[in-house]
Amino acid sequence: MSATIGKKAGVVVTFFFIVLTALAMSSHKALSMSNEDCLECHGDEDLTREADDSSVYVNAEVLAKSVHADEECVSCHQDADTEDEHPPKLKRVNCAECHDDIGAIYEKSIHGKARSRGDALAPYCSSCHGTHDILPPNDPKSTVYVTNIPLTCGRCHREGSPMTKTHEDIDQHNVLKNFSMSMHGKGLLKSGLIVAAVCTSCHTSHNVRPHTDPESSTNPKNVAKTCMHCHANIENTHRKVIRKSLWEKEPHKIPSCIECHQPHEQSKIGYQGKLSDAYCLKCHSNPNLVMPDEEGGVKSLYVDTDEYDEFRGTLHKKNKIACVKCHSNMDSARDPVCRGSGPVDCSACHPQQSDIYAKSIHGKLLAELDPNAPGCTDCHGKHNNMSKANPDSPINPINIPNLCGACHQDGKKAAVRIKGGERKIVATYSMSIHGKGLVKSGLLVSATCASCHTGHSILPPSDAESTVNRNHVSDTCETCHYGVARKIQQSIHNPPVGADTSRFPICSDCHSAHGAARVSGATFRKQQASECEKCHEEQVETYRESYHGKASMLAGGERAAQCSDCHGSHTILAATDPDSTLAGLNAVKTCRKCHPGANLSFTTYRTHATHGDKKRNPDMYYAFWSMTSLLLGTFSLFGLHTLLWFPRSFKERMKMIRKAREQKK
Amino acid sequence: MSKTETVYVQRFNVFARVLHLTVIISFLTLALTGMALKFADEPWAGAIAGFFGSFRVLGILHRIGAVLTFGYFFFHFILIFQNWRKSDKSFVGFIIDNTIGMVPNLQDAREIGQTIKWFVGKGPRPRYGRWTYWEKFDYFAVFWGVAVIGLTGLCLWFPTWVTQYIPGSWLNIATIIHSDEALLATGFIFTIHFFNTHIRPEKWPLDRVIFTGSVTLEELKHERPREYEMLVKEGRLDDVIVDKPPTWLVVFAYVFGFAALTIGMGLVFLIMYTIFQRTFG
Repeated sequence: MSATIGKKAGVVVTFFFIVLTALAMSSHKALSMSNEDCLECHGDEDLTREADDSSVYVNAEVLAKSVHADEECVSCHQDADTEDEHPPKLKRVNCAECHDDIGAIYEKSIHGKARSRGDALAPYCSSCHGTHDILPPNDPKSTVYVTNIPLTCGRCHREGSPMTKTHEDIDQHNVLKNFSMSMHGKGLLKSGLIVAAVCTSCHTSHNVRPHTDPESSTNPKNVAKTCMHCHANIENTHRKVIRKSLWEKEPHKIPSCIECHQPHEQSKIGYQGKLSDAYCLKCHSNPNLVMPDEEGGVKSLYVDTDEYDEFRGTLHKKNKIACVKCHSNMDSARDPVCRGSGPVDCSACHPQQSDIYAKSIHGKLLAELDPNAPGCTDCHGKHNNMSKANPDSPINPINIPNLCGACHQDGKKAAVRIKGGERKIVATYSMSIHGKGLVKSGLLVSATCASCHTGHSILPPSDAESTVNRNHVSDTCETCHYGVARKIQQSIHNPPVGADTSRFPICSDCHSAHGAARVSGATFRKQQASECEKCHEEQVETYRESYHGKASMLAGGERAAQCSDCHGSHTILAATDPDSTLAGLNAVKTCRKCHPGANLSFTTYRTHATHGDKKRNPDMYYAFWSMTSLLLGTFSLFGLHTLLWFPRSFKERMKMIRKAREQKK
Repeated sequence: MSKTETVYVQRFNVFARVLHLTVIISFLTLALTGMALKFADEPWAGAIAGFFGSFRVLGILHRIGAVLTFGYFFFHFILIFQNWRKSDKSFVGFIIDNTIGMVPNLQDAREIGQTIKWFVGKGPRPRYGRWTYWEKFDYFAVFWGVAVIGLTGLCLWFPTWVTQYIPGSWLNIATIIHSDEALLATGFIFTIHFFNTHIRPEKWPLDRVIFTGSVTLEELKHERPREYEMLVKEGRLDDVIVDKPPTWLVVFAYVFGFAALTIGMGLVFLIMYTIFQRTFG
């Protein structure tokens, strides 16, 4: 205690000494306060401002590492350079004293103007650069180091920040999120490319202006220039989209980069240039607009944006995609500009999906110009393409079976090509556990066509790459039925390393692919023996001679013991395996599932034994043949007796009839 | 002799007839439900199971049939006891009697020979007593059948209980015996018994005596002369003379009898067809 009092007293004495010294030197206008002088007080971590209790502690170590390490405190805090006690609240440091060029730029920027306006939320130099801890921009710890810029800007430019709450005119939502999803953001954040564009690459650091400002780097007129800081020779890469001559002859007709590549999420596109939607709709809002089709008829070119707005709920509308972004093949040399523009090429914006699709059976057939092959719009719709999360979307799980069934059904397009195999896939599917789950119970997690066959990379099962190829089926099922897959790995059905996998069952060998039934249901149970029979022919044959097997063939037979009731299903082991359900005491437990009083002696009943197997079951063999001999003997004896009796009995009858006639006479 | 003078004598009393009615009902039930299981993979077996709804219903009916069988097996001893008390013989004397006894004896052996001669036209119709040798065989076939099928059936009905005393592997043997003995019984009753009793031309299409209980005196004299002579000798003929069977009973005899015959022969045809197909098909 006394030591602390002593220390405090020392501070007070020192303070008075400093004040006296300062007074004595007050005639000196030049820098007279050294950093040591300032840190005498400001080096104390507990030093606070009297007015609001805020800390005025200055960490000398941090300051020493900053770019301003060699500067005197009073170089920036000029009003503290006084021999008297400096004012309790110092003026804000004016960085422009030294950085006058940047200060001038800043003054004209949106940030600077807001500050002049007295906007309390307008950023000062220190808001981005910091104060005593300013580091050079190439120091990875600096707040303005390239990787830190999105976070620094995002302190204000993000949802829920005081700035976005009060400045509704700054309308870009999800700026940070969109940036991180963009090519630039992924480059920076995922791939760690420090050359990737960040906020300041396009907006500049100090000359940040609204894009409506003609001086702004993001004004449509300047965008190309801004982008070309990094993207040189851009015309070469855009030849497919924009005719080369335009670049030279009519550069004003070339859309600016951001008209196609949305600023913060490049994969989405906006087009607000000359060919506006309003321009297109001048003609296409007419319900009677038609053009001749290939079959000699006409096809409507009407685009409904009003009553039944076909874009309603679509992602393209949500992202304000302009008509000409998809219908890109416009040409001012033609009248109208859209004449003969041909079909939309989705791959311009969806290159990944297009690549995958091109390798699929659908894509290959389309490449071969098969008229029945589906393109993007056949599944996704044209103007009304929606996110698959939308229940109205044809690719929402609820609608997928009917979507695929439109072709994959007897008499429909796909049936033209596919011979044999299953004929009523959709009907079979809708009766399956997956189909019932989806259609009856409305479970969106139920497997649909696309769950197993995938959406874009559909391949026939014969293709080694197909998700439904024999070697991949179990992996495909495992994506949902992971627990089952783990059980199989413990079972005898799991192929050991190096084994011939074709000799081991895959999921669909036991569970029909399209008609997969609930395993506790009658359909599955009554089918089970036939499924096992594919490999275990002899065992199923002998099962069918047993009581269980015979009962299971009759009505209600699903209640009789099926293969899996005794052998187990996914965890199945050889009956000789000590861990199997049929080994030793396990068998008692297994039998007790249906025969509660079963004991060890009961389990010696030979479920698969037949009288035909003399070697293994001599007792049954002899029992059967004794009984059969008895049968044959009895029937032979009495058969002969009957044969002899019949003619005699016939004569007797005739005699009786004659006698009756005589009596009548 | 005109119709009005037809005299009827009783062959089976009400007790005996009710017992045989029970035999018919239980036997048909057991045969239908059991054979449906034995030949489960045949479409007709599926149809039987489908008709009753489930193999479990077959199982329940089969067990009801079993209980009825054990029931008539027990009650027929009372019938034997009654018949013995009506005769003035000792019990052993009663059951081995040439004319009314159930136990096969030398007279039956002689009659087998005489019958074969008669069949081939080398002799007259044998003078049978109350029970012919084939009727005695029918009786003992059922007697033996109930014992064998009944015992093995009980093993299969209560497998967890019996395996406390016998090994479970013996149930395989019990199954074979039960099933094949049942095939023998079914085949025998629905072919041999049906022919011997109903279908042979003399009786065609149906012998109604087991339902009406009575035969004409003429029939008795012709078919079982030794029994007739015994009755005359013992002066008991008047005791067994009964009224003409009422029309309703005759109608019932034909309706029920034909139904039972049809079911039985239908089933035996299906079984024979199946076995033939499996053996030679």
